Amino acid sequence: MNEILLAEFSTPGKLLKAAEKLSNCGYTTYETYSPFPIHGMDDAMRLKHSKLGWIVLCGGATGLIAGFSLQTWVSLHYPLIISGKPFFSYQAFIPVTFELMVLFSAFSAVFGMFALNKLPQHYNPIFKSDYFRKVTSHGFFIGIDSNEKGYDRDKLRDLFATLDVKHIEVIEDDE
Amino acid sequence: MTASTSSIVQVKRPDLVVPGETFESVTEIVSRPMEMKLPSWWLITFCVAVSGVLLLKSMLAYLIWEGIGIWGLNNPVGWGYAIVNFVFWVGIGHAGTLISAILFLFRQKWRTAINRFAEAMTIFAVICAGIFPGVHIGRQWLAYWLFPIPNSMGMWPNFKSPLLWDVFAVSTYFTVSLMFWYVGLVPDLATVRDRAKSKVRQMIYGIFSLGWRGSNRHWQNYEKAYLLLAALATPLVLSVHSIVSFDFAVSQLPGWHTTIFPPYFVAGAIFSGFAMVVTLMVLARQLFNLKALVTIGHLERMNKIILLTGMLVGYAYGMEFFMAWYSGYQYETFAFINRATGPYAWAYWIMVSCNVISPQLFWFKKCRTSIPIMFIVSIFVNIGMWFERFVITVTSLHRDFLPSSWGYYSPTWVDVCTFIGSFGLFFTLFLLFLRFLPVISISEIKNVMPEADPHYGEEH
Repeated sequence: MNEILLAEFSTPGKLLKAAEKLSNCGYTTYETYSPFPIHGMDDAMRLKHSKLGWIVLCGGATGLIAGFSLQTWVSLHYPLIISGKPFFSYQAFIPVTFELMVLFSAFSAVFGMFALNKLPQHYNPIFKSDYFRKVTSHGFFIGIDSNEKGYDRDKLRDLFATLDVKHIEVIEDDE
Repeated sequence: MTASTSSIVQVKRPDLVVPGETFESVTEIVSRPMEMKLPSWWLITFCVAVSGVLLLKSMLAYLIWEGIGIWGLNNPVGWGYAIVNFVFWVGIGHAGTLISAILFLFRQKWRTAINRFAEAMTIFAVICAGIFPGVHIGRQWLAYWLFPIPNSMGMWPNFKSPLLWDVFAVSTYFTVSLMFWYVGLVPDLATVRDRAKSKVRQMIYGIFSLGWRGSNRHWQNYEKAYLLLAALATPLVLSVHSIVSFDFAVSQLPGWHTTIFPPYFVAGAIFSGFAMVVTLMVLARQLFNLKALVTIGHLERMNKIILLTGMLVGYAYGMEFFMAWYSGYQYETFAFINRATGPYAWAYWIMVSCNVISPQLFWFKKCRTSIPIMFIVSIFVNIGMWFERFVITVTSLHRDFLPSSWGYYSPTWVDVCTFIGSFGLFFTLFLLFLRFLPVISISEIKNVMPEADPHYGEEH
């Protein structure tokens, strides 16, 4: 049976210090939770940069190519004579190409972000804690899963005690 | 040397949130409109707005039944209220994207108090806008011909036409704005979920908040997505109104065929949109008691943008006349002299007084910070910007090259009722938004509070 050790801190500053401490102690898969992104937290947790930019680049390139080739194909396959302009009027294809590039990039930004975050995920053991509900308003938490290498509940309790922790609780995950 | 270093004084920026508020109290303030007892003013205005929707629906049903002959269109004025209303509504939407995307890229932190509100306005305005070209096509049941959908007739749209570019621009704009808005809403919907007292409420907000739990790994990707969306929406919003202006500028009609149109339309769009944000925000902060988060300072900044964009628009009006004279092209000259002195001079001068003269009041700090004055000016700007589109569309068309094809366009009661009905739709959606969604971005506004800085309270 897994468990999650949930520790609450009173300010973003204390949360940041606690995360730095955990990283220095070699923990890597712990997670911090806050009502808004905290400046410097990615570095404190030693997180790599988000991969989202590359996903969006691919999405944008797809939209660009798809948009331009759609128009080229349609104009040659279904030729319309419009004030004597050439069928392949690439200048006139720019607006639609641009719009489709933006559209595809935006789709990949939004759905790419959800995919990287594994959302929607309506079940999570951490939601079992009623205490955790204030995370979306004014709570700053650290959660450590018992799968984490070197997990020792009592040792972590002692560590958090030195970091001015506000509240500690253990959530049991029976799945 | 010592004297100069000691005289350095840290310049304090004005507070974005009234001092004394905490993270918890901000959540309270924003959640209150969703959790309080339904106010009676809400119910009354909602009923009025819904009757507007019914009016709109019946006008559209009548139109589809009878055909566009029930509108005031004639020969030579083949474009009337439909295009005027379309450009008017799309323009209003632009302020939302400007606030949410462009001001985000420029790190204008004051935007956090108004961006959610303005984005909602964008979406509802674009919905209203989309109706008009959709029904203007005459055979509305063939509206899908606008899109390149493979069909048994082997027929495809004309990609060289600005009207088709517009289809892509406006539908992309709507989709991207909606996604941007939703992404911003996810953490706040989770806040509402976590505060919910009833099971149903928790379920509904729970579904839409996708299981958000404020995890930092999530925030990392989230912030990246938000930045990328802002970076995509910025050129998008500029392209949309540029393409809307191509509907006119790419034709060869005097009064329309000018290269100034794209920037002129974009400036006008931002101008009208900010006016609409001010109109609605003044009311909402009063009715829902949001004054601690939306301060006079926010409104004053918006009024400064109204002043700036109002003058850009005024410059464009002047430049159009200058070019008409300087080009030496007699039809162009005629179109503009006719605009200011012809049968539609009344509309032209309403436009100039509302758009160019009335914002000049905002040079004075007293006027910029006075709620009644800014409310009245914002209404004037809304009226003036509707007339701008009316003037551009109708005055350029009504006197064709030959005097034998001159005419005068007046709307019919159907035109007027459809336009009024579109306001009903806008306000219905807006009132629903005010009641059921967080009108201010809870997570973003916390981020600009001094307490959000991890080094807050530490010695430097």
